[in-house]
Amino acid sequence: MSFPLLTLTAGLPALGAIATAAVPAARRGAAKWLALVVSLATLVLAAIAFVRFDPGGARYQLTESHAWIADFGVRYELGVDGIAVALIGLTALLVPFVIAAGWHDADPLEEKNPNRRWRPTQGFFALILLVEAMVIISFEATDVFLFYIFFEAMLIPMYFLIGGFGDRAHEHGEEEAARQRSYAAVKFLLYNLAGGLIMLAAVIGLYAVTADQLGQGTFSLQEILQARAAGELDMSTTAERALFLGFFFAFAVKAPLFPLHTWLPNAMGEATAPVAVLITAVVDKVGTFAMLRFCLQLFPEASKWATPAILVLALISIVYGALLAVGQRDIKRLIAYASISHFGFIILGIFAMTSQGQGGATLYMVNHGISTAALMLVAGFLISRRGSRLIASYGGVQKVAPVLAGTFLIGGLATLSLPGLAPFVSEFLVLVGTFSRYPAVGIIATTGIVLAALYVLVLYQRTMTGPVKAEVQGMPDLKVRELAVVAPLIALLIVLGVYPKPLTDVVNPAVQQTLSDVHKTDPKPALEASK
Amino acid sequence: MNPVNYLYLSALLFTIGAAGVLIRRNAIIVFMCVELMLNAANLAFVTFSRMHGNLDGQIIAFFTMVVAAAEVVVGLAIIVTIFRSRHSASVDDASLMKL
Amino acid sequence: MDYLIGWLVLLPLLGAGVLLTGGRRLDRTGHWIGTVLAGSSFVVAAVLFFDMLGRSGEDRALHSTAFTWISVGSFKADVAFQLDQLSMTFALLITGVGTLIHIYSIGYMEHDERRRRFFGYLNLFLAAMLLLVLADNYLLLYVGWEGVGLASYLLIGFWQHKPSAATAAKKAFIVNRVGDVGLSIAIMLMFTTFGTFTFGPVLGAVDGAGEGVLTGIGLMLLLAACGKSAQVPLQSWLGDAMEGPTPVSALIHAATMVTAGVYLITRSGAIFDAAPTAQVAVVTVGAVTLLFGAIVGCAKDDIKKALAGSTMSQIGYMVMAAGLGPIGYVFAIMHLVTHGFFKAGLFLGAGSVMHGMNDEVDMRKYGALRKYMPVTFVTFGLGYLAIIGFPGLSGFFSKDKIIEAAFAKGGTEGWILGGAALLGAGITAFYMTRVMLMTFFGEKRWEPDAEGHEPHPHESPKSMTIPMVVLAFGSVFAGFLFSWNEAFVKWLEPVTSFEEAHPPMGAAAVTGATMVVMLLGVGLAWAMYGRRPVPSVAPRASWLTRAARRDLLQDDFNHVALVLPGEYLTRGLVYVDHKGVDGVVNGTAAAVGGLSGRMRRLQNGYVRSYAVSMLAGTAVLVAATLLMRGVA
Repeated sequence: MSFPLLTLTAGLPALGAIATAAVPAARRGAAKWLALVVSLATLVLAAIAFVRFDPGGARYQLTESHAWIADFGVRYELGVDGIAVALIGLTALLVPFVIAAGWHDADPLEEKNPNRRWRPTQGFFALILLVEAMVIISFEATDVFLFYIFFEAMLIPMYFLIGGFGDRAHEHGEEEAARQRSYAAVKFLLYNLAGGLIMLAAVIGLYAVTADQLGQGTFSLQEILQARAAGELDMSTTAERALFLGFFFAFAVKAPLFPLHTWLPNAMGEATAPVAVLITAVVDKVGTFAMLRFCLQLFPEASKWATPAILVLALISIVYGALLAVGQRDIKRLIAYASISHFGFIILGIFAMTSQGQGGATLYMVNHGISTAALMLVAGFLISRRGSRLIASYGGVQKVAPVLAGTFLIGGLATLSLPGLAPFVSEFLVLVGTFSRYPAVGIIATTGIVLAALYVLVLYQRTMTGPVKAEVQGMPDLKVRELAVVAPLIALLIVLGVYPKPLTDVVNPAVQQTLSDVHKTDPKPALEASK
Repeated sequence: MNPVNYLYLSALLFTIGAAGVLIRRNAIIVFMCVELMLNAANLAFVTFSRMHGNLDGQIIAFFTMVVAAAEVVVGLAIIVTIFRSRHSASVDDASLMKL
Repeated sequence: MDYLIGWLVLLPLLGAGVLLTGGRRLDRTGHWIGTVLAGSSFVVAAVLFFDMLGRSGEDRALHSTAFTWISVGSFKADVAFQLDQLSMTFALLITGVGTLIHIYSIGYMEHDERRRRFFGYLNLFLAAMLLLVLADNYLLLYVGWEGVGLASYLLIGFWQHKPSAATAAKKAFIVNRVGDVGLSIAIMLMFTTFGTFTFGPVLGAVDGAGEGVLTGIGLMLLLAACGKSAQVPLQSWLGDAMEGPTPVSALIHAATMVTAGVYLITRSGAIFDAAPTAQVAVVTVGAVTLLFGAIVGCAKDDIKKALAGSTMSQIGYMVMAAGLGPIGYVFAIMHLVTHGFFKAGLFLGAGSVMHGMNDEVDMRKYGALRKYMPVTFVTFGLGYLAIIGFPGLSGFFSKDKIIEAAFAKGGTEGWILGGAALLGAGITAFYMTRVMLMTFFGEKRWEPDAEGHEPHPHESPKSMTIPMVVLAFGSVFAGFLFSWNEAFVKWLEPVTSFEEAHPPMGAAAVTGATMVVMLLGVGLAWAMYGRRPVPSVAPRASWLTRAARRDLLQDDFNHVALVLPGEYLTRGLVYVDHKGVDGVVNGTAAAVGGLSGRMRRLQNGYVRSYAVSMLAGTAVLVAATLLMRGVA
């Protein structure tokens, strides 16, 4: 048996979470360092997985397979393709930054709390590591049931992270803040549970179909794909569509796609900035990733059937999210709506069913993670200085804190996909990929380019430029810890914008295989086709 | 003797027990009526065991007895605690579990 | 030699990186680092130029591939450079004028505490602009295209503490983004049509493509050009862009960046040649803009905004020339280069005047400055003579050729375009004479500024005057040198193709008419602003003047047509999202909550009532089971 690298990558942060939670109340600092070290070690493991992954090799690599609940055909099956390995890399990469950025977010307010067992800090970092573990194993699982369990289970730590830890200061006082936070956390949970419930029905349905046709029910992705390729499994059109919709609904909630998006602005607005990054840059990616891995591969015909409707919803997400971002007065909610617009692009790319579209969508997931992390974390640093999330509370920050303003601008420019920064590559690929199959859709999607410039630059202008507001006067610039969080992210944005090859090399073969699953090939250029 | 008669007896005991649970307010009495219902069920199980000629019913009767014993332990403890705190064994007085 | 091309871009990029991340310790040397790197980029360009001269016309182009940038499926984009005569012309102009303006800025920005950052942005601009003209494919060009947009945004908004500057910067970027959408759609069309977006293969395969597609690509490229080159209908940002420091206006918003649209159209000449409809659109845009800008330029009292109107108008000439096809490409580029000299010189002159006048920009508060600023006066005057097309100076050669080419288009179209160009020449003479008279002649009309400082006009330091003198030399001699033995035509012909223009009435007649119109313009301006004293507060004037002062109502139009509906739309959508999309969900939640509130009353806390319901439930279940068995 080979070395269980994937289990270890997911297991390490899980063990780290337990260890962090067990740190005694008085040793808060140790808990932070422990969490950081564990997340960095996970990053090393993820990097090893990335390097050991051979783009030219088998579709799923580093596989592990063990019987688990044999009676129901549930197996503990792990394996990664190029898409998964890239996203595991993203997750493992972002979590250390999330931990470093949230270093003081969970410090108890009173140093001498009478309750000796009170230890929110330990809980905060343990929950973050737990989310990381569950996200990573979701990317690795090739057994539908195994995936489902962790897809749902990650809601629990996320719920506590959103509901339990918020920004220190709030315009409307501590009590109102707690009320809003709990509203946001419950909304997050209910939306995602509703999605998960429908998916559970579809998961059971899938088992029923396989049990009916193959004799022995199975959740194994590879077994199902082989059975279909061999002609043993032939779902009826109705069954396939129903199952597809069940899966897609859950992923669309998580992603989130219009009109299932309204939980995101609340959750990202009320959570602390690092947790908001965890939501949008890490957890939500499981939704779009699962569309690629499960929806398209398990239900190719139904995916094609649903494509027109999904493209329309994605387009609405792009334009609607961007317009709403323009209209926001709250910095974090603005970034949340911008993310909705970006998720529209990702879903558009996936369902354009071209190699540029899907390759671009995968890159988009990675790049959006990095760029949103950069923008959101700097926004969080800004908010922590002034204690207000409202755009109108700021003005002229550039004058007093030029480095903060500069990094905020670069994060913003990445969000609006400036060429030279990583998101441009992915956004352009998605647009080209969409355009080559659906020209009208591609053209409408380009309006997102203009609107992105609008919401980013309006945000920057209102907060950073102009005369220095009295409340902003004397605001300190970025500290060393904060700069250490932002600088690598910015460097990465530039590197991946100029040289995305390491990523595309890994992703391309996986995308080609997904395309061949749905029996689609790229449209030929008009000139070649006419010859 | 026709074993069906035991079933009639079991039903009768069960009804008495149920009526007691519903009508009486004293928690101890209610508790005894619950025991009566459990034992009525036991009687039915044993009878069925005899009628079908296998041991399943008798085994289940043992289970029931174990559960009943556990229940008595927990239940009496609760009743005693309630009685200590509010000086009453009436089940209607302990209605705080509603929202 | 070809490995040097990358260094053209890398040197200023390096400067930008060092200056922007270097921190305060570079404050004292930063401007020198920036200037030296810009200068060394010019040296590299010069080396490449002489190397290129050593080869014959057809194989002068150099090609160099650095690495594969994006490769997904058949979509392949390289970071690769192409240096042909067209790129070379631009590279020399950009690095040459760029270096001069770096030198000028050392003096101009001397008292600004953020001078290091200013030079960082200038270097960033040079790198992006060079990337734009050196790229060998449209996607890489797009990177430079947005890169110059970013540099322009940063530099317009350099004095960020002024809300007007921040707004102008944002406006410039967003209007440009509208144009960028055009460029990205054009690239997508090329990819779906030709399977590539590299210059060579695309332009070589134009014959096989349908005219409809080519028209589409052409119109989208035109949209991009309109955004970057401030052509109608995306012109509104250029006037506001004058909020930036004056060296920026000279380099970016006069000499180089705003001419990128002309480069794009000329570079894509093969596409436009095969798409006559798109060409008509190009010349229409050019002709409309050249008049639009000229009219705006007549009414502005702000010296920089008057010059901005002029820039818009002159680029209108270039765009029109580029839309005329092979008879115009060469002259579009030639006018672009000569304009780069004299307009940069004029802006630097304006900056020198402002430098001496406490940053006053209102020409009605100038007057009689020729005595106080002799060098500025002479260099500005030479630039003035060049732009109005005074015989023998550079503007004369390039503009005259464009007017000839416009008439040579033939038919009604030729007369309309030629007429517009001729009229534009007259208006140019008028507004430039107006600027000249109001600034350097007449009585002095200075007033103390808001803090009570009386201006003490003085000549600017050497670091500022030397670049002005060099540019003045260019303004005087460039046109003559280019036209000597048709040197410029021969230089560019292998790249852009060239046809001799034959205006129906003969070239001499066109030149004569141009002279007459120019003299009329000068005379009219002298009659209005030279003979009579200039009032220091603007009179009410006619409706046309008032409209022109408001940039012919462009902002009002945009406000009513785009901004207001946009605001209402976003506000409406925020409401809909909250009350509608979210409301449905919250409504469902509230309904469930209400229902459970009712049902909660069943839970009365009495153990006996729970027992009854359990008993009743069991009874129902037993009854149902018995019934079902009865049925089955």
